[in-house]
Amino acid sequence: MVAVLTRIFGVHNLALAEDVVQDAFCRALEVWKFRGVPENPTAWLMTTAKHRALDVLRRERTARSFAPELGRLLETEWTLAPIIEELFEPHAIQDDQLRMMFSCCHPRLPEAAQVALVLHLLCGFTVSEVASAFVSTHAAIEKRLSRAKKVLAESQTLFEVADTADFIARLSGVQRALYLLFNEGYHSASADAGIRVELCEEAMHLVTLLLDHPFAAGPSTRALAALFYLHAARLPARLDAAGEFRPLLEQDRSRWDVELMSEGLRLLDLSAEGAEVSAYHVEAGIASIHALARSHEETDWGAIVALYDTLMGIGPTPVVALNRAIAIGQQEGPDRGLAEIAKISDRERLAAYPFYAAALGDLETRRGRPDRAREHFEKALALARTPKERRYFAQRLGTCDGAGAGDPEGRPPVGE
Amino acid sequence: MSQFVYLYRGGDAGRSPERMQQTMQKWLAWMKDLREKGHITDPGHPLDRTGKTVKSPKTIIDGPYAETKDVVGGYTIVEARDLDHAVQISLGCPILEVDGSVEVRPVMVVNM
Repeated sequence: MVAVLTRIFGVHNLALAEDVVQDAFCRALEVWKFRGVPENPTAWLMTTAKHRALDVLRRERTARSFAPELGRLLETEWTLAPIIEELFEPHAIQDDQLRMMFSCCHPRLPEAAQVALVLHLLCGFTVSEVASAFVSTHAAIEKRLSRAKKVLAESQTLFEVADTADFIARLSGVQRALYLLFNEGYHSASADAGIRVELCEEAMHLVTLLLDHPFAAGPSTRALAALFYLHAARLPARLDAAGEFRPLLEQDRSRWDVELMSEGLRLLDLSAEGAEVSAYHVEAGIASIHALARSHEETDWGAIVALYDTLMGIGPTPVVALNRAIAIGQQEGPDRGLAEIAKISDRERLAAYPFYAAALGDLETRRGRPDRAREHFEKALALARTPKERRYFAQRLGTCDGAGAGDPEGRPPVGE
Repeated sequence: MSQFVYLYRGGDAGRSPERMQQTMQKWLAWMKDLREKGHITDPGHPLDRTGKTVKSPKTIIDGPYAETKDVVGGYTIVEARDLDHAVQISLGCPILEVDGSVEVRPVMVVNM
């Protein structure tokens, strides 16, 4: 809703747009108190916002300048109401959301600010909801958002979604922001499971907007969407029946969401047209191999290692290298896995990542060295970011004790 | 059974979206309870805080002209046995939790 109003008022009047939305929301709740929540609350809110927008335009059109590209159309009563009606049509709203999405991913903004802005302006998260999603304080997020809004307001107009070089460049920024948004939900340290699922859903909703737009729906966007669907399919199994964290290879695969999975595979197929191979293609490819394997043992580790090799070629990071080494450990045995980890050039950057220590512990367990495994799991436990991670590592630590150690079926947390 | 009007005054729970949603939930629950017990004749409407007052001799002034806490913010028409019963029912109103008030007034109906 902020997106539509910003299109009407102009991006320099972002604060006004937010006020109108807030006001529409207050009025809605006031009426609903008495009359009950209507069947389609979103449509109701939209209508209220539309009326408020008309009020504001009539009252302030002499004092303020609104969207320059709409300029004259807003000045006379002849054109005002029809143009506002038109801008509140569903397809126009969708276009405005895209414009806003691209505007939020302004290259002058740090990535974290872009994601926060998308959540706040497009997904309607309040400042405290954004703060809880990022495991940050209200004050810190408020500051980040107000700086970001200033940059956005200074950009004068919303980003025009058209087939230009500018657009192609910005598209990769948008994809990256959505990727981070999804990851924030999938991996984030936030203990609130509800918020995390919501972040994934928002990322999936926004990527659908991209898919619906002819210029934005290229192979890399489809691959990104495929990646989201394939990962989202596994979400229900990430927590077991007792609510405890389960890494990929320990998951009950019957709890994976078949519909999401087949949609993910379909999108991955569609993404294969053309010569472009993005990191999203490769990551979705890896996810699809896991998706197609009926069990941990049936996983085609050779193919996964090959894809990680490709991924290292596109965008090497220590975490990618670690996951590659873990896959090699699955394919060729724990000794080879450890050797590959030792070869990771900047592995000191993994020092604070609990699953790095856990991967080492896991490989040592499989080599029959519970003493060493124990040290690694202790370290992982110390680094754990949420109570769920802590309980999981504590459980792994527990298995290092006693005679039953050295479980040859050790199950590492690949890709989680 | 007789009819009574509830006039709601004052009571602002705060403007944060979370607080407002909580307040609305409480109202919905209260209204639902009254409806299920058959007390609601008309759930009524909220009233905008702006407006004008027309006074004798025909002068028009802006606004309801009262302190915020005195402005009527909405009304509901309920059915109850008598005034005491209507007051009893009003005690559950969420506006009382946020420093507002409910004025309970019998509707004058002459049965002929």
